[in-house]
Order: sequence, then structure tokens, then C-alpha cells
Amino acid sequence: MVTARSLSRIKQTGKDQAFDVLNYLFLGIVTISVLYPLIYVMSASVSSPEAVYQGRVWLLPVDFTLEGYRRIFHNTSIWRGYRNSIYYTVLGTTINLVMTLAAAYALSRKEFYARKFFTVIFVFTMFFSGGLIPTYLLVKSLGLLDSVWAMVLPNALAMWNLIITRTYFQTNIPDDLRDAALIDGCGNIKFLVRIVIPLSKPIIAVLILFYGVGHWNEYFNALIYLSDREMHPLQLVLRGILIQSQMVEDMFSGETVVELAQMQKIAELIKYGVIIVASVPLLVLYPFLQRYFVKGIIIGSLKG
Amino acid sequence: MTGFGAAPIVDIKVDLTSTKDRERRPFLSNVKIDLTKNYELYLLIVPALIYFLLFQYYPMYGVQIAFRDFIPTKGFWKSEWVGFEHFQRFFRSYHFWILIKNTLGISVFQLIVGFPMPIVLALMLNEVRHKGLKKFVQTVTYAPHFISVVVLVGMLITVLAPRNGLANQFVRLFGGKSINFMAKPAWFKPLYVLSGVWQHTGWSAIIYLAALSGISPTLYEAAKMDGATKLQKIWHIDIPGILPTAIILLILNCGRIMSVGFQKVFLMQNDLNMISSNVISTYVYRSGLLRAEFSFATAVGLFNAIINFILLLCVNAVAKRASETSLW
Repeated sequence: MVTARSLSRIKQTGKDQAFDVLNYLFLGIVTISVLYPLIYVMSASVSSPEAVYQGRVWLLPVDFTLEGYRRIFHNTSIWRGYRNSIYYTVLGTTINLVMTLAAAYALSRKEFYARKFFTVIFVFTMFFSGGLIPTYLLVKSLGLLDSVWAMVLPNALAMWNLIITRTYFQTNIPDDLRDAALIDGCGNIKFLVRIVIPLSKPIIAVLILFYGVGHWNEYFNALIYLSDREMHPLQLVLRGILIQSQMVEDMFSGETVVELAQMQKIAELIKYGVIIVASVPLLVLYPFLQRYFVKGIIIGSLKG
Repeated sequence: MTGFGAAPIVDIKVDLTSTKDRERRPFLSNVKIDLTKNYELYLLIVPALIYFLLFQYYPMYGVQIAFRDFIPTKGFWKSEWVGFEHFQRFFRSYHFWILIKNTLGISVFQLIVGFPMPIVLALMLNEVRHKGLKKFVQTVTYAPHFISVVVLVGMLITVLAPRNGLANQFVRLFGGKSINFMAKPAWFKPLYVLSGVWQHTGWSAIIYLAALSGISPTLYEAAKMDGATKLQKIWHIDIPGILPTAIILLILNCGRIMSVGFQKVFLMQNDLNMISSNVISTYVYRSGLLRAEFSFATAVGLFNAIINFILLLCVNAVAKRASETSLW
């Protein structure tokens, strides 16, 4: 028996099915268009220089070779860049963590009278800043040029991360806990170190990731503050290879006679390889860390 | 200035309630009383305070060199006062309208194309019932967000290379002639915006997905009883549900309309596409740091920052009127 109601139900499911088909189609296209360039770069980096040059690589590697990687791994400036980047990232993130956790805790305490005042003067910097030149002149006059401090101090704190950490403390550390600790004679700093920080592993993971990725991907501060090539981080070395097409000589040293044309083809191959090498740390860590990144965004979007 | 963390979004509201029980005394004398009681909290905030004063507020103070003829040996204070001379020189310069046109052109293009995409992606993802599939699409679309801007532009240059890049493989496959994408001014803006969409759409969708998951299930149940289709549910429940989030993000985006992503533009620039890729921030870098015209470049930067700030205030005020959603 067909009633009007079940008829409309059928019509409705029909429309929904059409919607689902279109939706899967849409998401399929989106996924492929994000994935395709990444797979292509990966494939090109392990294909023969000739195949890449002649445009025979479309999706999967053609004439598999590790020639590009062999040359990359013999390049001293890439290794030095790697080492410098790790150094700046570890040091910078450590400073970021200490400053952010301390300030966020203070700003999360309701009994902190000057809290509103500090929040306002901190937040204002999100919307207005002195700009590039005065900041550069400051770093210069502090004598930080060509030092590791130029890489870590101007970015010692990010307002956004301070806000999400404060919000996390406000929503996850019960006031009762604080009161109980206070009655037992535990001061704020002791409470922060002994109790709050052990209870805040998720937000600390988020901070390490946000700050760490920021430092790892940073190139512009290095460009303006570091003139010494020995100190250049990986991203600046990459800029030379990928964007300014500087082929570092030692990639071709030890060869007897390499034809110029052949050299150019290998140079292209090296570019693909370098893209992969630079992204490996994040590509490896990313699947494990994804949930923390997402969590960070969601904490930040809560109204605190 | 640098790309740390995610884009600043939402929740910068200040909690006003906590101080209501204080007595009406001058701010500083209240602080004095509080200092004896909560000195540890002040101790904890000192590093951050020093950071903000030194690396944020001192450069703001240094902005005064925009009105002076800055000579490094004389410092901020003693350089000669010249008023609005640098601003006038900028407004009269041949570059002025090109810079404004390029800066606005790129940001407006970016806003129109880039802003709705994450919303669409989130709405569509939200309708996927298959958990594994949803997770897979999310994992893939978030990934490019973590690629550094150097690597991204490096990818663009190699993939779009005129002779042996992938893009031109396709152009030739369909019988076209190779295009030197990076050298054509007309391609600069589309490439900038679309590569940004490719990189950040997935990531920006997260915040909308979070907003969607916060919508009360009773609304969907009621809609189901009324026989609503999926499309109707999206239109009448999902979109109103994420509207406040979207408005906040829109306000913040408008506040940055004059500050195009400097780092990426700078890397994508070359002599051949300069006519459409030169924006205010790269102009500041070139004139300030490469040609050492510190005062002039600071004036240009200040002009930019003020326009941004005014835009933010305007859009915020409009949003407040129209929808009761605003930053403060």
C-alpha cells in the first residue's frame, strides 16, 4: 500500500542518493587533485633524468633510479642546512614552550588582577605591528644579526598559541584543584610545574607541533638576519636550489666529464628529490600527529 | 609577520567579569595590592611581557622613523623630522597605483575563491557517513598545509617548468604550445591563489567541521521527521550553524586584505612577472632592506598597516550591526 507519506519518503531518499553520488564525486576530485602533484613529485624524483626530461613520467616512476638522491646525500650544504634547522627548531620550540606555558597559566587565573590589561596589550599586536623595517633595525641594534638568537627570539611567542593554551587551562584545570593545592601551601609556580603541566600533555603536544613546524619551515628571518652561509637553515638552502636554480658544485664534483646537457637533466631530478628530502620529517610524523593538530584547532575555536 | 601556528581565529574576547568585585581604586594601586598576593603570576608573565614590549611595541615606537630621515648612526630619536615627506613621495611615485592594484587584486581574488572553499569542503565531508573514507579524505587534504612555502613554490616552479614540467606535458598532450607560466604576468595571480587553495583548503575546513559537530542532534532529528532532504538540512541547519564562525573568519580575513602573504609572493616573483606580482610588502622589503631606504620603506609599511587596521574596524562594525557577531 502506497501512502502519500511513504511516497514523499521515496522521493526524499532518491534525492539523497543523487546528492550522495555527487558528493562522493566531488570529494573524489578534491582528493585526487591534492594527491596527484605529491605523487608525481615523488615519482619524478626516482625516475631516470631522461624520462623526466622527455615528459614520460605521468604518475608512476619510469626507469627507476636513485641517482638524484645519491647526489643530494653527497651535498654538504643540504646536510648543514638540515643540522642548522634541527638546532633552530629544538632551541626555538623550547623557548616558545616555556614562555607560552608560563604566560598562558597566568592569564588563565581569574584572581590575577592585571589579566585583562595584559590580554588587551598582547592581543593588540595581532592586529597592528611596527612592520618589517623597525623590527629589522631592532634586531640589528641588539647585535643579534648572524646569531642563532635572531632565529629564535623575534618569534619567541605566538599570540594564537598563547590563546589556545590559556583556553585549555581555563577549561581543563578545575578551580577546585587550584584551591586545594593552595590550601596545602602550594604556590602558583609549583602548582603549574607539578600539577598543571603533567595534566596538559595534549596542549603541549599541540604547541610543540605548531611551533616546531613554524621553525622548521621558516626561511624569511634567516634570509634577512643571517648572511653567513654556514648558518643557513635547510629552507634557505632549498630556496637556492629550487627557486634560484643554484646547483651546488659539489653535487657534480668527482665526475670525470659530465656533459652540460646531462648535467641539466640531473639538476632537474635533484630538484624533485630535494622537495621530498625536505618534506620527509613532516611526511613521516604527520599521520601520527594529525589528531593533535586537529585538537589544537578545535581547542582554539572554543570560546574561553 | 611570520607564519607561526595556525591563522589567528576566533576567541579573542576578553573576560570582563573577573574584576568586578575589586574596589574602585586606580588601576596601579590595585595592581600593587595584587602584586603582594599573586606575585608568582606576575613573575610568570614577565618573559612574555618583555617579549611583547621589546619585539612588538618597540618596533611600533620605531615606526616614527616614517616621519624622519632615519640615519642609523643617529638612532630613532635624533634623526631629522620630515613630517609626511616619505608618504607623499610614495603616493606620487610611479609604483603606487600598481602596488595598490596588485595587492588588492590578489587579496580580493583570494578572498572570493579561497574563502568559500573550506566551507563547501566541510559541508560535504560532514555528509559522509563512512568513517574510513572521511578520515582518508581529511588526512590527504590536510597534508599540504605543512609543506613549507619554499617547497611549495619550488614545486610550482618545477611542475610548471616550460620545457619539461608536468603542466606543459598536459598542454602538449592536448595539442597546445608550452606556456612559461612563471614568466607570464597574467598567470601570477591565478597561480598564487589556486596554489593557496590547494595547500590550505583542507586545513581551513577543520574549524568548520568543529562548528558542524557542535550543532545539536535534535535539529537533525526534527528535520528528519519533517522529511527534509540532505540538501535542505545543509541549507536550513548546517549553514546557519556555522555562520558565526564564518563571519569571524571573514572579518579577520578582511583585516588582512592589504597584507598579502609576503613570503610566497616574494618567492614567486621574478623580473618577468614583476608587473603583476609586485605588492606593497615586497616593495617594502626591496626598498627598505635591499636599498637601505629605511624611512621610506617604514612609511610604506605603516600606510599598509593603517589601512588594514581601519578595514578590520569597519568590517567588524558592519558585522556587529548585521549579525551581532563580532571580534569585540
